[in-house]
Amino acid sequence: MVSGPSLDEQAYVREGASQTAVKILVVGHFAVGKTTFIGAISEIPPLSTEETMTRAAEAVDDLKGVQGKTTTTVAMDFGRLTISDRVVLYLFGTPGQQRFVQMWEDMARGALGALVLVDPERLADSFAVIDLIEQYGLDYAIAVNHFDGSPLRDETALRDALDLLDDTPVVTCDARDEQSSAEALITLVRHLQDRAH
Amino acid sequence: MTGFDELEPQTPELVRPYVITKGRGLPDEEQLSLITLVTAVADRQQRPTRLSPEEQSLLELCSAGYLSVAEIAGHTQLPLGVVKILLAALTEGGYLITRPPVQRAPVADREILEEVLNGLRAKFG
Repeated sequence: MVSGPSLDEQAYVREGASQTAVKILVVGHFAVGKTTFIGAISEIPPLSTEETMTRAAEAVDDLKGVQGKTTTTVAMDFGRLTISDRVVLYLFGTPGQQRFVQMWEDMARGALGALVLVDPERLADSFAVIDLIEQYGLDYAIAVNHFDGSPLRDETALRDALDLLDDTPVVTCDARDEQSSAEALITLVRHLQDRAH
Repeated sequence: MTGFDELEPQTPELVRPYVITKGRGLPDEEQLSLITLVTAVADRQQRPTRLSPEEQSLLELCSAGYLSVAEIAGHTQLPLGVVKILLAALTEGGYLITRPPVQRAPVADREILEEVLNGLRAKFG
């Protein structure tokens, strides 16, 4: 077990008069750049935590040949950004598999909204994620993670493919870039404001 | 980064989660969510002696300021459910203070969103 060394001072939430937390989800399929995105924005090195799943996943995880394996772990990455004396923002990222539903319950509850990271070359991989987001009734924006920085060739085709509502924002971003990632997040928050009115 | 790397991962095979939690069940989501902020009460005189090693180290971790439940799990590398159970027990014992996240309500949402937007613009704009 850990011996409990004190963490770096920066590791702690800055003390504010009545600081409290909010969260935004950063979701997307495997290897789309969620951790990179969170790392670009977070003021702490991104952390990850896992939950041990027992039995729940048995029906969907093929356990043939691995008898005796009764647990599986689901990882979730997250980072933090101090917004003001009053508000600290957490960004949570996890893959969008249906079998991670238990973790989604935890993540989605009380979330302001979600940013869906999308790889334009692997659009079909995003369907499951968007399904889950809609299932939990979260408002979202799409951020196309575009590594080479070239403009998105065909937004209309992407909107059609993902079956997006007209007012769902679509932005391109480079998840490695702090500025670019922040702009995607700002687009989402503005959209959430529109929806809140 | 100092501190983080010194925390050795718990070997799951060594101690089973239900031993660490002493068989207790998960607390209410209302009580401890992922982003509930947690800190140790300031009064060190009350430092208990009969806590498990895991509870001791959680208390230690929480003694220097506020951390979210998710961060505590991340730093200790214990499963989230285990951390929640231990934190709930420590809170009930009066060793920890928790600060619940912003309650979602239309009016609060608008204010919070405005603040988040301004904060992001100030930081990255």
